[in-house]
Formats: sequence, structure tokens, C-alpha cells
Amino acid sequence: MAEYFWLIPLLPGASALALLLFGRRLSRTWVAWQASAAVFASVILSKAAFLHLARTSDGASGLSKTLLPWIASGSFSTSISFHLDELSAVMAVVVTGVGFLIHVYSAGYMAEDRNHSRYFAFLNLFTFFMLVLVMASDIVLMFVGWEGVGLCSYLLIGFWFERPAAAKAGMKAFIVNRIGDAAFIIGILIILASVGSASFAVINDAPRSGLLSAGLVTLVAILLFVGATGKSAQIPLYVWLPDAMEGPTPVSALIHAATMVTAGVYMVCRLSGLYAASVPASSVVAWVGGLTAVFAATMALVQNDVKRVLAYSTISQIGYMFIGCGVGAYAAGMFHLVTHAFFKSLLFLAAGSVIHALGGEQDMRRMGGLKKHLPVTFPVFLVGALAISGVPFLSGFFSKDAILTSAYAGGHYVLYGLGLAGAILTAFYMFRLIYMTFYGDERTPRAAENHIHESPWTMTVPLVILAVFSALVGLIGLPVFFGEKANLFGRFLEGVFGPAAHHLALSTETVLVLAATLSALLGIGLAFIFYRRSPDVPVRLADRFPGIYRLLLGKYYVDEAYDAVVVRPLVRGAELVYEHFDLKVIDGALDGSAAAAGLAGKGLNVLQSGLVRDYALAFLMGAILFLGFLLIGAP
Amino acid sequence: MIPASAFFILAALLFVLGVLAFFIKKDLLTQFMAVEVMLNAGNLAFLALAKTLGKADGQAIVLFVITVAAAEAVIGLAIIVLVFRQRKSIRTDDLKDLKG
Amino acid sequence: MISNVPIISFVTFLPLAGAILLIFIRSESVKTVRAVALAAALLTFATSLALFFGFNGASGLPEFVERASWLGRGLDYHVGIDGISLFLVLLAAFLTPLALLSSWRAIDDRVKEFSFFMLLLETGMIGVFVSLNLFLFYVFWEAMLIPMYFLIGIWGGHRRIYATMKFVLFTMFGSLLMLVGIFVLYAAYHKATGIYSLALADLAAISLSPAFQTWLFLAFGLAFAIKIPLFPLHTWLPDAHVEAPTAGSVLLAAILLKMGAYGFVRLGIPLFPQAAATFAPALSILATIGIIYGGLMALVQKDMKSLVAYSSVSHMGLIMLAVFSLNFVATEGALYQMLNHGLSTGALFLCVGILYERTHTRLIKDYGGAAARMPVFAGLFLVTMLSSAGLPGLNGFVGEILCFFGIFAANKVLTALAVSTVILSAAYLLWLYKRVMHGPLKDPEDKRLRDLDGRELIILVPIIVLIVFMGLFPGTILRKMDASIARYIESFRNKPPVAMTLNVPGRPAQEATTVAELER
Repeated sequence: MAEYFWLIPLLPGASALALLLFGRRLSRTWVAWQASAAVFASVILSKAAFLHLARTSDGASGLSKTLLPWIASGSFSTSISFHLDELSAVMAVVVTGVGFLIHVYSAGYMAEDRNHSRYFAFLNLFTFFMLVLVMASDIVLMFVGWEGVGLCSYLLIGFWFERPAAAKAGMKAFIVNRIGDAAFIIGILIILASVGSASFAVINDAPRSGLLSAGLVTLVAILLFVGATGKSAQIPLYVWLPDAMEGPTPVSALIHAATMVTAGVYMVCRLSGLYAASVPASSVVAWVGGLTAVFAATMALVQNDVKRVLAYSTISQIGYMFIGCGVGAYAAGMFHLVTHAFFKSLLFLAAGSVIHALGGEQDMRRMGGLKKHLPVTFPVFLVGALAISGVPFLSGFFSKDAILTSAYAGGHYVLYGLGLAGAILTAFYMFRLIYMTFYGDERTPRAAENHIHESPWTMTVPLVILAVFSALVGLIGLPVFFGEKANLFGRFLEGVFGPAAHHLALSTETVLVLAATLSALLGIGLAFIFYRRSPDVPVRLADRFPGIYRLLLGKYYVDEAYDAVVVRPLVRGAELVYEHFDLKVIDGALDGSAAAAGLAGKGLNVLQSGLVRDYALAFLMGAILFLGFLLIGAP
Repeated sequence: MIPASAFFILAALLFVLGVLAFFIKKDLLTQFMAVEVMLNAGNLAFLALAKTLGKADGQAIVLFVITVAAAEAVIGLAIIVLVFRQRKSIRTDDLKDLKG
Repeated sequence: MISNVPIISFVTFLPLAGAILLIFIRSESVKTVRAVALAAALLTFATSLALFFGFNGASGLPEFVERASWLGRGLDYHVGIDGISLFLVLLAAFLTPLALLSSWRAIDDRVKEFSFFMLLLETGMIGVFVSLNLFLFYVFWEAMLIPMYFLIGIWGGHRRIYATMKFVLFTMFGSLLMLVGIFVLYAAYHKATGIYSLALADLAAISLSPAFQTWLFLAFGLAFAIKIPLFPLHTWLPDAHVEAPTAGSVLLAAILLKMGAYGFVRLGIPLFPQAAATFAPALSILATIGIIYGGLMALVQKDMKSLVAYSSVSHMGLIMLAVFSLNFVATEGALYQMLNHGLSTGALFLCVGILYERTHTRLIKDYGGAAARMPVFAGLFLVTMLSSAGLPGLNGFVGEILCFFGIFAANKVLTALAVSTVILSAAYLLWLYKRVMHGPLKDPEDKRLRDLDGRELIILVPIIVLIVFMGLFPGTILRKMDASIARYIESFRNKPPVAMTLNVPGRPAQEATTVAELER
């Protein structure tokens, strides 16, 4: 069955096409089930392919299939061909698995929406593009998926396009992503021009084979990473992700938490050969990741919208993944990507369940005491929160620990410190969310309360499954003191990344694990004090430090700064140029010369008296002159 | 035998007369006649040339010109009549519609 | 394919025959007029398909060549197509019936004359692309202006007279200089070889002195640069587009603009290679300015049509930048991008036309939330826009990436600047889409916004299908271009520097000063 792996992206793609063309004529149930079934078939195929690779895992080259030649012209040549190795198999399993659960969840969540079939068509289309991105065997085809997921993100954020905020957020997401993509394209061009091939295998080999000089490796790696900061919402291009929460919640879970936003991490891992060869580029990756991890976490501290807290949390967690990649621990970065995909989609879906129960309410200040109303949602949410906070033996604990340990082992102590600080903040804002939402007084307006209900099974079953995975998936990547071979995940990916670079003494590792555990508990404890035991503390803090509070609440005013420094000057400048240069100078010069010609005509007008005799006189004079000329003889 | 130069002088005189008449007179009909005089001055010159050179070309041209002149006279007079019907005047000073 | 059937003449003159047939139909029978015009255009398209399937393309030489003596002394009727012109002919033959169909509701005044001029325009457009003789080329080039003049001048908007005068004067100004250039070239060729000829292949075979090339290149180049239009000669375009009826805009954007770029590839560069190489850096900079300038101007337009017009300035800038990169991939990318731009911009104008037919306004601020009422239209409009913005998987990306790749080999800094079109095009198009299609419905009571009817689907769907097809299977088209472009590149790469110096005394120098003065 593994040889049919190339169908993995094509099945959702075909389903999307069918839904786009005929969706409006199909029944609601059929649409939902067709979409989910297509993704489920991909789940089966990816699992088969994954197992196939696991069996033959000996650094072999994986599965390849060329579907058709694509763009070819002169020395430029690419084809549509898929490649599945350990790395892409892991990603494919995550994308299809989480994707399938979210499709099922959506069947319940979106059941009443008017444009149900459009929604599922886009969701399928997204899965298709994401899988193309993952399984592409060259960087140009990856770019197809890369832009394709951006398109689907645009379509799904703006799914409720009647709402101005949603329409604006979708547009913002696409344009900000395009800024990164412009850099990405330049990176691709340098690769194509210097390496002569778009294939990942050749590119990863290029630093060693000398096709790319050291300087170019760094330049290319940084340009591609700029693309990644757009897609994966890192500093400085993260601004679109919080706004992207205008989309339906399952979309936020799938695209803006589990899969698409981690595409940048995947890209860096895919090109690990390139990044590993450039110390400056790797440092950029690690530092951008580290700074984003803390920066985003601080903004999550004061947000009141459930989904925005989770959005900033996503930005922060992707920062962790980039720390992992930047310090050379690609397997750790991927590991966090996998665990994050599970617990973050769980958190989003659970949040969606809460929002669904409250009839669309997203503001935590109007929630509270929901624990007893939502008997399934609450425990799964708690599992997710514990996992992301890094509480021992849940998935987030192992993956975050793997990254922090690698950072420490590589001698990046400041990054390690940033990571640890981020971990405290993470635990704090997650439990702030839990306490504000599920505990305390019910702050829900009466009218909505009558409708508070647990979600239908199509929503709760995926939640439970995701919760189980969030809890247990960490066990595939145990740290060394469970044995040299305990890290199944790392060993599986050794064929791609090579063996782990650094090893620490067991005692050091133990200290690091303890430190991570303590920071998680510290964060939770602080949240408990602030939001459960003495809720007046945050209020007093806000009063005491109004500047900081407003700065955080205003998200450091980065959006406003971009608007004032980039967007408005650009548009206003273009308007001025249009009004004063295009219309006045260029067009004015033309109209002016036309007017000059007109004036000249007016001047010569005198000659045209309309009197026959004047014309005849001119004629006569001409004739005489001509004759005279002939008689005297031409000079 | 009348010398050829006499014919040329006569032709030139006729032509100048035609030109003067064209500029002095102000009604279309007379001006038209002046044009005819110039035309025939030309004809005379052609005939004189044909005689001096001993070739038939000049006579052929004259026949051609007479034919054209006949056609032109018909059209020209017709236009003048039409102009008169419309404007009740054929004074060229009144006809300056072509003024730009 | 039967080789002795003059297919090209059929394709070129079928529309003309249709136009003549129209004269004999009573103006009142609007339906017959429309049907006959459409039938003529469709028949032309069907015949042009024979060109596509019969075209071999292995040699890179013109195929289906027809040559007959016309005015003598080298002014022959000489037509043929190669990989460079084939697809432009197809594009013109493909879009004309759609443009005719699109005007079925929009044009109800003087339908006969309208259809007549549209068909005349088609003959002119196709003629320009198939001509292998410079004089014939010029005749078609000018002939095309006449119907366009009437199309804008009669069926245009409020400022149509201003727009049409501007359009005609601009293009006439350029093409008169080209005419002078043609005469000079004609004389020069005769002087050099003793034979009169204006056949392109003959003219390309001789080498002209650099100074001579310079002046001729400027004379020809100005005509082409205006047509493209290259910054800063672009201001006629927004006016012409805004005022033209939809069908006119479609053909103007899709085909007429391509003639400038085609002119450079067919004439400007092969005939005057050294001058082209000398001016390439300067023209590349202008093209790059055009890319960014056009994009920024598009961002702030209030009228949908002038937005699309400025986007054309930007896109054509990229095409010209690729053409002046003077290498194989860039040229192939440029030609491919010309087809893409023809399809996507043509379709964008059709979309704007569809909206305009419903509400009779082109101002962006008068719209909002149209997607709710017109879901099918919203989808097709979006695909068109994404094609224009170069989304991978659609045709625009193929052209863009090839252009970028080719330009990169020639100039890295300009490439980096040109890539900004990726951001700008997304910005102005999506912002337009957001303001027109998204958001709350501007006027819920407004019942005029209804979704597409069958006729409108027939217009848009074929273009969308091509957009997707060309995005996935570019090889179908690129392989037919390869040999011709390779030949084109060879032709000026391997041309001996100056084999023979032509000193034409007096005259060219005078023309030269005229050109220089007018340039200023």
C-alpha cells in the first residue's frame, strides 16, 4: 500500500475539487462525510507509508514518485514529484491525523452554517496543499504548497466575509505572508541559479559539494527563513496570526495552530543541511525563535479573548521549535512540532467547544464557572493546558525539555534562559485561561446561560482522541535517562538529520529536567494565586504598573507602528504620487504639449482666411517663386 | 508665317489677363471665366509648342484639356448655381466658410 | 495538415470577411448581427486551432509561410508563424469571440457597427502577429488603430473623446517614427545589397553600424514602448481603459499591449541587437520602475478599471524587464507571461464589466459584500485575481518564476526589486476584492446584484480552465516555443559585431535629431 503514497495529497485535493464544483447540490451530511472520508483515506495511506519507512528505516532514500513534468525552460526544470522520507512521513501523519479529527469536529461545529460545502471544500483544499508542501521533493513544488496553504488560510480566515474584521484579517494574513514569500522567492532564485537544481537532496548537499559558497548559504538560509517568519508567525511578521482568529475555530486549530504555521519549522528541518552549514543563519533562527517565544508569551498574559491567548501561545511555541532548529536539534524541533500539533489543536477545539456552548462568546471576562456545564470539554482542556505547560510526563514536557536541553548542551545559555522564562509565562497564561473560563463565578449573561450545553459527539470524540494523544505522544521521544534508545522519535529521524550532536552528563540532564518542571509548576502556582485565590492581585498590579499593562494589552502597539510606519506612508505616498506626479507631471506634460500644438495651430490660423482669392494669391506667389527658382537655376 | 514667339506672347498676355481678372473680380462667375481664359492660354502655348517641335503631343494634350475643361465647366457652373440658390450670392467675399 | 491551404490567410481575413458580410445585414436585426459576428469569430478561432495542432516548431523557423508579390519592390504579402507568434495569434482568436459575447448585453446601440469594428480589430491584431514583412506589419499595426478609435470613441464612457484622442495621438506619434525607421531601413538594405526587401529575415541578416542601429532602435522602440506601455509613457492606458467598453478593454489589455513587447522581440532586438544591448540597462530600469510604480498606483485607484489598468503597467513592466534580460529563460518566461497577462487581465476586465452591467458604477466605494449575492462570480473572480497575482498552481506563477529566473541571471538587484510585485499585486488585488466582494452588503435592498447567468459563465469558464491548465501543464505551450526562442537568442548572440558599415549620408542623421528632440 505504501507505493500509493502519492495519493495522500491527491485524495483531499480531488474531494475539494468535487465540492467546489458540485458542493452546493450535495446534502450537508454527504459533504461533511465526503470531506472527512477523503482525509481518512489519506490517514490510512500515510500510516501505511510511515510503517513502511519504519520497517525499512536504514537511512534509505524513502519513497519517490514523479507525477508529471512541470515547468521546464532552458536550464530551469522542475517536475511535480513527491518524496516521502522519515521527516515528511512524520509530518504527513500529523497533518492527516489532526486534519481528519478536525474535519470530523467541523461536521458538528459548522453544521448550521449556510456555506457548509464551501467550508469543507476549503478545508480539503488546505489539506491538499499542506500535503503537497510536506511531500514535495523540490523547493519549487514546496512553494506551491506554501502559497496554497496561504491561500486557504486567507479563504478560511475570511470565511465569514460579511464581517469586516474577518475580511480584513484574511487579507492581512495573505499580504503579510506574501512579504515573507518575496524573500522566499529570492532565496529560491539564488538556489536555482547557483545549485542548478531545486531538489532538496541536492540543495542539502550544496554546502558540502561547494555549489554554494559559505556566504551564499547564509544568505539563502536567511532569505528562506524570512519566508518562514511570515508563514510561521515569528518576529517581525507575526502580526497576522492573532487577527487570523476571526476564522472559524476548527480552522484556527488546523491551520493556525497544528499544521500551516509550523510549515516554516518543517522547511528549516527539510533544509537542515543548508542551515547546519551556516552558523550565522542558525543563530538568526534560534534568536528569532527565542525572542518570539518570550515576546509572544508576554502578550498572551493579558489578552481577554480565548482564541487570542491561544494564538499568542502558538506564536510562542513555534518560537521554541525554531530555538530547537537554530541550535541544531532539528529532531527536537520536529518533536515539539508534533506534540504541539496535538495539544494546541486540542486546546483550540476545546476552546471552540466552549465558544459553541456559549453561542459565540469569546471574551473570557464573560465566562467563568463553566466546569460543571461542560463535563467533557473541561477535562480535555485541562489535559491540553497541562501538556503545553510542560507538566511532567505529558507530551509538552518531553518535547520542550528536549529543546531546552539541546540549547543548554550547545552552550546557548541565554537562549536556554529565554526558553525557561517562556515556560513560566506559558504555564501562567494557560492556567489564567483555565481559571477565568472554568472556575469562579459565572459571569455569563443570563440569556446565553440557558443554552449552555455540551457539544455533540462529532465534536467531543475528536477532543477525547486528541487529549489521549496530547497526554501520551511524548512517550515516543523520551530523554536519555530512560535509556540510550528511548528516544524513538529522534532515532527514527536520524536518517534525515544524522545522530544527535551533543550529549550531557546524566546529572546535568536531571537538573535541567527539574528546572523545567519547577518553572511549569511556578507558572501554574502564580496563576492559582492571581486568578483563583486572590483575584484582586492582577487588578492591583495593573493599577500599579499602568504603562506596562497597557503596553501588553495593546500588544506593544506593533500593529499600530507597522500601520504608521509602513502601510499608511505607502498608501498616502502612492496617493500623492498619483495626484501630483502621474496626473499632473506626466499627464500634464502630455496635455501641455497637446495644448502647445493647439496654440500653434491657432497662430497659423490667420493664414486660413477662407477667402478663395487669398489662397489663389498664395498659389500664384508659389508658382512665381518656383518658376524663378527654375530660371535662376538651383544653387 | 507668324513666328512661334508671337503665339507665346499672346498666350502669356491671355494668362496674365486671366490672373488679373481672377484677382480683381469678386463674383464667382467672372472668376470662373478668368480661370477658363488661363486654361485656354495654356492651350495656346501647347499648340505653339506642338508646332515648333513638330510633334503631336501638344495637340493631344490640348484635346485632353478641352475635354476636361468641358466637364469642369459643367460641374463648376452647377456648383455656382447651387451656391447661388442657397446663399443668394456668389460674391467670393461672402463665401468664407473654410475660415479656420 | 494540407500544406497548400493558406491557413494563415484564412485566420487573418475570416474576421474581415465576417465584417463585410455584416454590411449586408440590416442594422435592426440585432440578433442576426450578433450571431454572424460571433460565428465569424468562432470560425476564426476554430481555424486557428489548426495552426496550433499543425505547428511543428522543431526548426524554430516560421511555418505555414505564404508569400505573394503585393506592391512590388520588396513590399510583399508575406505571412507565417513561429513559436513566438503562434500563441499570440491563438490568444487573439480565443478572446475575440468571448469579448463579442461579453458585449451582448452591454452594447445595444449600433450593434452592427460595433461588431464590424470588433471583427476589423481582430484582423488587424492577427495580421500584426503573422506578418513577416515589415511593411505588412506596419499596415496591420496602423489598421488596428482605426477600429479601436471608434470602439472607444463611440461606445466609451463620459470622457471617451479625450481618452480616444489621447490613445490615438500617443500611438500615432510612436508609429510615425517607426514608419520613418522602416523607410530608412528599406533604403539602407537596398544600398547594402542592391535588392529591395522588407522581409524580416533579410533585414535581420545584415549588420548595421552601431550609430545607425541606435537611431533606428529608438525610432522603433518608442512606438513599442508607448504600446506596452513603458513608464513614463503609460498615462494613455488608464484613460483608454476606463473609457473603453468592456470588450474593448479586454482586447486592449490582452492583445494590443502585447504588441509592444512582441515588437521588441520580433523587430527591435533582432534587427538592432547592439543598440538593444546598449539600451537594455536603461530600459530595464524603466521597466523595473514601471513594476513598482504601476503596483503602487494600482493600490490607490478608486475606479476598478483604472486599478486593473495600472496593474497592467506593473505586469508589462515585468515582461519588459524579462525581454531586456536577453536570455533564453527570461524570453520564454516573458512570452508565457504575455499569454498569462492576456488571460488574467482580460478576465479581470470581464469581471469588472459584469459588475458594471449590474450596477452601472465602476467606483470601488459603491460596492461591498457582493460575494454574498454572487457566490459563483466571487469564486471565478478570485481565481482570476490569483492568476494575476501569480499564485503557484495557476498560470501566472509559471510565467513569473521563469521571468524572475531569467532576470536573475542578468541582473540580481533588479530581480530583488521586481520580486516586490509579488507583494504589491497581492496587496492591490486583495484589497480590491475585500472592498468589492467582502464585508457587509452595501445595499441589502439592491436586487441588481444577481449571480452569473449562462452567457457570462460561457465567457469566464473557458478562461479559468485555461488559467488552471497553463498553470499545471506549461510544457504544452513552452515546448512549441523552445526552438523559435533558441533561434531568436542565437540570432543576436552570434551576430558578428559590425560586418559591414553602412554610411547613409545626410538623411538618417536628420531623422536622428528629430527622434532625439521628440524623445525630450
